Amino acid sequence: MELQTLTYLVVGASFALYIAIALLSQARSTGEFYVAGKHVHPVANGMATAADWMSAASFISMAGLIAFLGYDGSVYLMGWTGGYVLLALLIAPYLRRFGKFTVPEFIGERYDSQAARIVAVLCLIIISFTYVAGQMRGVGIVFSRFLNVEISVGLMVGMAIVFFYAVVGGMKGITYTQVAQYCVLIFAYTVPAAFISLQVTGTPIPQLAFGSAVVDGGGFLLGKLDRVVTDLGFAAYTSGTRSRVDVFFITLALMIGTAGLPHVIVRFFTVPRVRDARMSAGWALLFIAILYTTAPAVAALARLNLTQTIQPGPVGEADGNLAYEDRPTWFKTWEETRLLQFEDKNGDGRIQYYDDSNAEFAADALAYGWRGNELRVDRDIIVLANPEIAGLPDWVVALVAAGGIAAALSTAAGLLLVISSAVSHDLLKGVFARQVSERGELTAGRISAGVAILVAGYLGYNPPGFVAQVVALAFGLAAASLFPAILLGIFSFRVNKQGAIAGMLSGLAFTLGYIVYFKGVFVAPFAENVRENWLFGISPEGIGALGALLNFGVAMGVSMLTPPPSGQVRELVERIRVPSRGEQPGRGEALERC
Amino acid sequence: MRKRTHWRDNLRLVGLCLTIWFVVSFGFGILLLDQLNQIEVAGVRLGFWFAQQGSIYVFVALIFFYARRMAAIDRDHGVDED
Repeated sequence: MELQTLTYLVVGASFALYIAIALLSQARSTGEFYVAGKHVHPVANGMATAADWMSAASFISMAGLIAFLGYDGSVYLMGWTGGYVLLALLIAPYLRRFGKFTVPEFIGERYDSQAARIVAVLCLIIISFTYVAGQMRGVGIVFSRFLNVEISVGLMVGMAIVFFYAVVGGMKGITYTQVAQYCVLIFAYTVPAAFISLQVTGTPIPQLAFGSAVVDGGGFLLGKLDRVVTDLGFAAYTSGTRSRVDVFFITLALMIGTAGLPHVIVRFFTVPRVRDARMSAGWALLFIAILYTTAPAVAALARLNLTQTIQPGPVGEADGNLAYEDRPTWFKTWEETRLLQFEDKNGDGRIQYYDDSNAEFAADALAYGWRGNELRVDRDIIVLANPEIAGLPDWVVALVAAGGIAAALSTAAGLLLVISSAVSHDLLKGVFARQVSERGELTAGRISAGVAILVAGYLGYNPPGFVAQVVALAFGLAAASLFPAILLGIFSFRVNKQGAIAGMLSGLAFTLGYIVYFKGVFVAPFAENVRENWLFGISPEGIGALGALLNFGVAMGVSMLTPPPSGQVRELVERIRVPSRGEQPGRGEALERC
Repeated sequence: MRKRTHWRDNLRLVGLCLTIWFVVSFGFGILLLDQLNQIEVAGVRLGFWFAQQGSIYVFVALIFFYARRMAAIDRDHGVDED
């Protein structure tokens, strides 16, 4: 069967599965629409959280990023997993105990302030739209690369699917489709990884490949990789080039940001008990860790594979480099998508792939007759082309397409749901139309989910020029605005609404200002984005951590200067800190049906 | 009173877990990277391993440990949910 047909079949089958699940799990009340009626089993919620969390970026781009960054790529690995420890220990169980529907709702009640709630909604919407634009783009890209359709068509199909199960099923529909999507994506990720690991090191377990010798000689994987890349002027794979301070702050910002992302937090509102929320975070991280410990192994294996394909012989000898006409089939395939681009700068008909920005290596390169790096490699290729490079059967390639789409759709759906619940529950029911009936609120939720999907689709089709920059923005803002407000709301009695609002706004303004200053969102950057200009040597990617510290400081300082919160707030804090025997799980908590 | 001791035990456990969390990631994976990279096990430099593998394994174990210990603390203080 043609690869194209096979891919259509596999992707089509996965869509049919998602739609079937949506039909079986329609939301009939606001409780089901926002938090799946709080009946989700902790293991199922763990899987759903993992799918919710792992986006198109985790699935398609992360291994590639690490492959070309080496040690510096560790910030993503530690940052995007370590955040779950904070979530499990400091946030999820207490917010589950709080027992309502949304993150802004908690902030509004804890600080006894509609203004705080609206600020939280604002932060949530900026963070979530930023994120969702990237997801929709991911859906479009996967479609266009694997199914040869226009990006717009791919986007339309993706939007239709998400529309169907998010609008009909709400959180309930999303949860169970996410469970299915997790299974699809993790299978699609680990199968090619096992094969490439087997080929290079002889062990099918990628995590063990790290500590294995390569089968074609040359010693252990990482030692050989370090040697092979430094011979070509690249930085050693295991040491990296970013400053230690910057690595520290980026990791911290990603961790705090993860723990402050509303679409992740809200998943822990769906389990029956406080105890389940703690356990479920463990399951979520376990399911995430399967991909996150596989990715760095794939990165190292693929980098070695790629480098050795281009440079099969000794560096510097005329026939040490791959002749362009001998290039393998996968090379040709991916040249068509322009993910690989070759330009024969020295006209020798061979491919030279080395670091031409390394001044120390320049003299050697000149002596070899090299006139600059001739190969441009898009990092996404590491995951997308992996099955072809490893010579795997077509059905695995088809599976990778379905996996990439599953990763993007599951995250998009989760984000769209928090956006719609912020609009219908926090803004409409909470502030502007408090008399709205349950049925009216549910309809409003569905309409706002629908509108959010249209906006997301538009952003995916016309990505604003700053999409690459905004990843830093989303995490930075989540870290600097929501996380401190939630944490202080649980762990302090003294922090009041003045403190919380001042803290959120100053964290937000500082982080936003710093990122705009160096990266220019809507405006031109004000200063060159280089280490010499950075505050304390912290790049815009890591500034959210400093923004969070500022938020903590301002919130506590302002609270000290203003009156303490009311006795009612004190009682709320007392209540959420301790689980209770009296309250039956998942029942009687705003679950009235309409 | 029961609630107060429950909260104190909770904080103590959180403190212990966060210390481990910090040491394996920021400590072993970042601040002590160069020192630990001197040690090589099966061809893998230890600092690099903690940054790309080890810290993640510890994180997973840590959350399950916390969840189990907390369940016991809830029970001891009579505030478990069933």
